[in-house]
Amino acid sequence: MKKKNPVPLLEFTSKGIYCSLADVYLDPWRPVAKAIISHGHADHARWGHKQYITHQDNVAILKHRLGAIVVSGKAYGETFSINNVTFSFHPSGHVIGAAQIRVEHRGEVWVFTGDYKIKNDGLTLPFEPVKCHTFITESTFGIPVFHWPDPVEVHTAINHWWAANNKAGRASLLLGYSLGKAQRLLHFLDPSIGPIYTHSAVGNMTAVFEGTHAFPPYQNLTAETSKKALAGSLILAPPAATEASWLRKLGDYRSGFASGWMHTRGARRRRAVDQAFVLSDHADWPGLLAAVKATQCENVITTHGYTDLFAQYLREKGWNARTEKTNYEGESIDPKPTL
Amino acid sequence: MIAFSTLIQQLDQTNKTNEKVLALRNYFLSTPPEDVLWTIALLSHRRPPRPVTTTLMRTWAAELAGLPLWLFEESYHIVGDLAETIALVIPESTATLKPQKLNMLMEAIIALKPKGEDEKKKFIIDHWQSLTGLQRFAFNKLITGGLRIGISQKLMTRALAQAFEMEENHIAHRLMGQWTPQNTTLDQLLFNPNPEDLLSQPYPFYLAHPLQDRPDQLGECAAWIVEHKWDGMRGQLILRQGKWYCWSRGEELISEKFPEFEAFLSLPNGTVLDGEILPYKAGKIQHFALLQKRIGRKNISPKLLEQYPVVLMVYDLLEWEGNDIRAKSAVERRELMERLFDQYQNQNLPWLLSPSLHLPSWRAVGGERQKATAIQSEGLMLKRADSPYGVGRKKGDWWKWKSDPLTIDAVLTYAMRGHGRRTNLYTDYTFALWQGDTLVTFAKAYSGLTDEEFRKVDAYVKKNTLERFGPVRRVKPALVFEIAFEGIAPSTRHKSGVAVRFPRILRWRHDKKITAANTLDELKALIVQ
Ligand SMILES: [Zn+2]
Ligand SMILES: [Zn+2]
Repeated sequence: MKKKNPVPLLEFTSKGIYCSLADVYLDPWRPVAKAIISHGHADHARWGHKQYITHQDNVAILKHRLGAIVVSGKAYGETFSINNVTFSFHPSGHVIGAAQIRVEHRGEVWVFTGDYKIKNDGLTLPFEPVKCHTFITESTFGIPVFHWPDPVEVHTAINHWWAANNKAGRASLLLGYSLGKAQRLLHFLDPSIGPIYTHSAVGNMTAVFEGTHAFPPYQNLTAETSKKALAGSLILAPPAATEASWLRKLGDYRSGFASGWMHTRGARRRRAVDQAFVLSDHADWPGLLAAVKATQCENVITTHGYTDLFAQYLREKGWNARTEKTNYEGESIDPKPTL
Repeated sequence: MIAFSTLIQQLDQTNKTNEKVLALRNYFLSTPPEDVLWTIALLSHRRPPRPVTTTLMRTWAAELAGLPLWLFEESYHIVGDLAETIALVIPESTATLKPQKLNMLMEAIIALKPKGEDEKKKFIIDHWQSLTGLQRFAFNKLITGGLRIGISQKLMTRALAQAFEMEENHIAHRLMGQWTPQNTTLDQLLFNPNPEDLLSQPYPFYLAHPLQDRPDQLGECAAWIVEHKWDGMRGQLILRQGKWYCWSRGEELISEKFPEFEAFLSLPNGTVLDGEILPYKAGKIQHFALLQKRIGRKNISPKLLEQYPVVLMVYDLLEWEGNDIRAKSAVERRELMERLFDQYQNQNLPWLLSPSLHLPSWRAVGGERQKATAIQSEGLMLKRADSPYGVGRKKGDWWKWKSDPLTIDAVLTYAMRGHGRRTNLYTDYTFALWQGDTLVTFAKAYSGLTDEEFRKVDAYVKKNTLERFGPVRRVKPALVFEIAFEGIAPSTRHKSGVAVRFPRILRWRHDKKITAANTLDELKALIVQ
């Protein structure tokens, strides 16, 4: 039986999403004593908390990114209680080790998605809908212009693009976030086309998944790598790798950027890469709607992206939807040095 | 249609000029001539009139996508392009239409215009549902017009020149004038023009580039012809075989708007003049705004002619005694033009000769530039004395050196989401000036700040919204900006009573409180009487 809790199960405070009953924060953006972390991206997993609780696959990621921290890992579906509040992690399909956080107290259930996508990326455990009363959802791409193409076709297009550059004796610089996008891209690259190099930010992050996930052979691009070796190769780098001195090392190359933002011409022109690939680790418009429906929730709280437009649309469709301000940044079109 | 949309995709995908030209060239060589002709027409702003209003297109698209109209409108403001927004919101369908040739589709679009709304709706929705995303985008562009895809007429001309092994200048010349794909063929247009069309055909206009620095870097002042930059409407006057034609820079035949130019028929046949059409009354050049009263009217009544007389301020001679003399130097052309002007001076023709200002030094030129606005000129033109008359925007021989802009400090009052590349930011602003203790809107501007500043203003807008009207937000007045503009004139259409030309943000005045912004009266005082 669901009894009304005296205070909301989760509140939006200046430090992050707070559960006062358990005295714990979800993805806080200011240092706190105890933090439950949805996934390893910098805007969700910040430095400086005394204690971290996260999915077990995310532990290594957090340690790689944040260094020596006190962290405990849980399996998907494994419940744990803090002051009679029950928590569990459920696959969000966003990046490896990413989870939605389910919070339950006296029969009332809230789910915080962190970031998520519905389409199976072939590398991450797919999104699993969780029934709840209140659904705190990201809405990075929460307007109806975003309909993702089939990712399999995008990976094929990337390999074709690389093959064409390879034939012309040019390198292919493929940009994508070091955590998540890079591994997904790497996993589907066809190593028969040519050698694969990684920017150290990508290579070192990917090394964390060695042994648990399958990747074609790759090596970090170093100061010793010659331009000759790079001709015809594919270089996987974070979007922030745009310093002229680094790019000069690549010789003749074409650039490509894999992001959901590449879906619109304005954004493509703004990013000014040679080739845009529409590939996102966030849900598109139909994905967001499907996720909200699948939870059978009554209340929706939207965070990051087109929050107010998505909430207004949901209200018209009968949900009790509102927007809360957070410090999450979503997928950015511009290079960010922290990722 | 498939080839055309693939072309658009290729042009869209590269930011390298050479690759764009190559894609166009290959398209021209592999496409049937009737489709090449249509493509040239579309890329040179010769689109047929829109068969349906964009309002109807928006309504139908929202309906087909199952979206409330407000959400469609918001999406459009974020994407910044209507054709693209429609292509993106409509779900992909599996049914495909038989591939249609571009010329067939264009003819169908033209035939659609007089039809009833139901029939139009069916035509458009059938196409939306049966085309794939990319073709749907191209189709929408064909319907709404304005095919802005980063291809200038110059690039297209270059691609045509490469494809058909002709000279760029010849192609540019052939493409001038008021042809349509329905009244000509590719062969007639490019390869075998018929003599009658040649009679009215204008020369491509040569356009000046703005001078960014001081003119000293241009070398000796004596090597340049200095003239005023007249603030009117560019016109090319053609006199051939007892007929006369006047063309605008937008390649429109504007003879009907200026019946007084018939008087030029007394000049010798085989004469083509380049100049600026200016409002002119009682021996004085008038404000540009008065010219708009002429251009804006459909019927030019005798009363209107009397009320708003015009002159052609002549500054170049392109054809003389039936010969194309564009290759002669600017000095030689000017000599011939001055001789012509002297010879016909007493005929009372509606023309003036743009004087060449003989100034001894760049310093003197700089001084003259600041006096320009007083005589309804926007600044100066610098023309290299030994240069031929160029084509299009070829850089280096003609420079415009405008007078410093007028500026005023104004308060930000409304903001709208930006278009195109600034899709997520509030970057389109409305500015107001004081009238007593109220702020009156006087201009909109959306350029002039750095990306960093735009982000800061955007954050301010989001935190300080007082009201929302669709994509527009009314914000708490607190930020002051210095706004620059090129000209100012009284206007009854604007609430402020004035219209400013080319307003843009010069800088963010962090140092000023809104009480220190200028008043409307101070703005009005800038109007030159
Ligand atoms: Zn994330
Ligand atoms: Zn996020």
